[in-house]
Amino acid sequence: MSIFANKATRLLVQGITGRDGSFHARQMLEYGTQLVAGVTPGKGGQTFEGKVPVFNTVAEAVQATGATAAVIYVPPVGAAGAIFEAVDAGLPFVVCITEGVPVMDMARVLPFVREKGARLLGPNCPGLITPGECKIGIIPGNICKPGRVGLVSRSGTLTYEVVNHLTRNGIGQSTCVGIGGDPLNGTSFIDCLRAFQDDPGTDAIVMMGEIGGTDEQNAAEFVKQHVTKPVVGFIAGQTAPPGRRMGHAGAIISGSSGTAAEKIAAFEAAGIAVMKRPVDVVNLVKAKLK
Amino acid sequence: MPDGDVASTPSEAESIARRVGGTVVVKAQVHAGGRGKAGGVKLAKNPAEAAEAAEKILGMSIKGLVVQKVLVVPAADIVTEAYMGLIMDRASQRPVFMVSPAGGIDIEEVAAKTPEKIRRLAVDPRYGILPHQALGLALFLYKDIAQARQAARIMEQLYGVFTANGCSLAEINPLVTTPDGKVLALDAKVSIDDNELDRRPDLALLRDETAEEPSEVQARRANLTFIKLSGNVGCVVNGAGLAMATMDLVKYYGGDPANFLDIGGSSNPDKVVNALRIITADPAVKAILFNIFGGITRTDDVANGIKTALAQFPVKVPIVVRLTGTNEAEAVKILQGIGMTALSDMDEAVQKVVALVKEAA
Repeated sequence: MSIFANKATRLLVQGITGRDGSFHARQMLEYGTQLVAGVTPGKGGQTFEGKVPVFNTVAEAVQATGATAAVIYVPPVGAAGAIFEAVDAGLPFVVCITEGVPVMDMARVLPFVREKGARLLGPNCPGLITPGECKIGIIPGNICKPGRVGLVSRSGTLTYEVVNHLTRNGIGQSTCVGIGGDPLNGTSFIDCLRAFQDDPGTDAIVMMGEIGGTDEQNAAEFVKQHVTKPVVGFIAGQTAPPGRRMGHAGAIISGSSGTAAEKIAAFEAAGIAVMKRPVDVVNLVKAKLK
Repeated sequence: MPDGDVASTPSEAESIARRVGGTVVVKAQVHAGGRGKAGGVKLAKNPAEAAEAAEKILGMSIKGLVVQKVLVVPAADIVTEAYMGLIMDRASQRPVFMVSPAGGIDIEEVAAKTPEKIRRLAVDPRYGILPHQALGLALFLYKDIAQARQAARIMEQLYGVFTANGCSLAEINPLVTTPDGKVLALDAKVSIDDNELDRRPDLALLRDETAEEPSEVQARRANLTFIKLSGNVGCVVNGAGLAMATMDLVKYYGGDPANFLDIGGSSNPDKVVNALRIITADPAVKAILFNIFGGITRTDDVANGIKTALAQFPVKVPIVVRLTGTNEAEAVKILQGIGMTALSDMDEAVQKVVALVKEAA
């Protein structure tokens, strides 16, 4: 089992003829994702890799192929427009990989996404992978292994680091989700925690947070109240100086809030086992699953 | 907004003071708060005093930033001071107004000590701030309806500035009233979302690079995300989360990171060359750690970058390389070709680099 995407997911790629879009579309095909369509305005009628039809609009692509999800690889200034288009075409699940989307654009598109009842993952995220079934985004498939641990993270490569430790030690994953590092995003830790809690294929949850904002604190409160499955957590940025943006637009400590110490305390108060190092995930998950 | 202008010399300040007439305020223009406390704001009764005040303020250092410009404006006769701010709020995912009748001071302090003196309003970006919302908030600041109407108008204008320029923050502090009942914005600050700058070259031009750490300016030009820290272990990492976790692990094993550096997702060897150039320019750096988890980033590109850099300029401190993932075998071969070894485990690499720094000390 899994959350958000599985082998039945029929995916379309917005920006499939671009440099990043085409590269990752190929990788998703290789992984076995049901990639049914591509969209690039002006390239309608072409075929990608000899088998995936390309359309001018998302609406056309959905009508012709029955796509159920979209992944977006378009440049930052066009990203919000691409999200509007995917949601307007009725797609219930949209993943935006693009980094650098203006925050004002996200403030405009998010109310529309909510109103239509769609789920947006991202922006500025690595996407998700349900090992052995479906990969949407850029998480390397070879480091994952099917199993029963759910993982949710604000980061990309840090996620790979932790997943790699799990896989090497024989601990497989139900779904790995990267919610992205931007201050305004579509899917929160809580959305993923709720989904993992409800997923019969997930036995334990790993949550990887970082400095900035209060998402991790809210997530910890949610864990305390609603999550009965064991949770293991990590917070990156303990050595980050206040007031500076640490790569991710959302990773900034303002005043005394958003610090790693505050988040770790919230995790511990909620009974979440906190890793000191990424490698600690192995022993903590093993201990929790005993 | 009151009349006035910016001066970079005492004589310019003097002529602005002469033009606007009467008592003026001379204010340091730096990208930092707490100017008043630092002595960067002075009252001057006449043009000669304005020149004198400018003489004292220009060149002074406020929170490590040297003052190169002053603002000269007519001194307002102030009856009350209020605060009006607009931020992009992560929790509600909307622009949120914050107003407080306790203006002129640090708003974070007001929020912590007397939260009842602050009122908030989340604005739906589809409709903008509605007239009744603005007036409702303004009435929290002013009992007088004429003043409330002026404040509501300022609020609508501030919202316009915020959305038109992709601000993450826009605030007026203080928002004052004068004896004749006028409401004036005496000072203001805006922060622009970095992601906005690509489509707004006009705003990007306003960036004052002289007020920034030179190595950070150099890094930004090379498309690297770099933040200088006070330690001695140089770090080159792909991905922001892993970069932070790497710094934390250096600290965990008893070391002290010299920087945050994210070379990003694309694997261009030039980025590695630039990263090494910037890090080695810092004399505090005693050893350099590469931590690369190849996904989109090809580890062989990173290895080639290291090889190119070492051929171009001398690196006098030891380099420890951890890499794993995409094209790892090729990367290891490239590094072996130049007499370097690559580790595949992050903990092992961090422990090694920390030990090297301790040896060097």
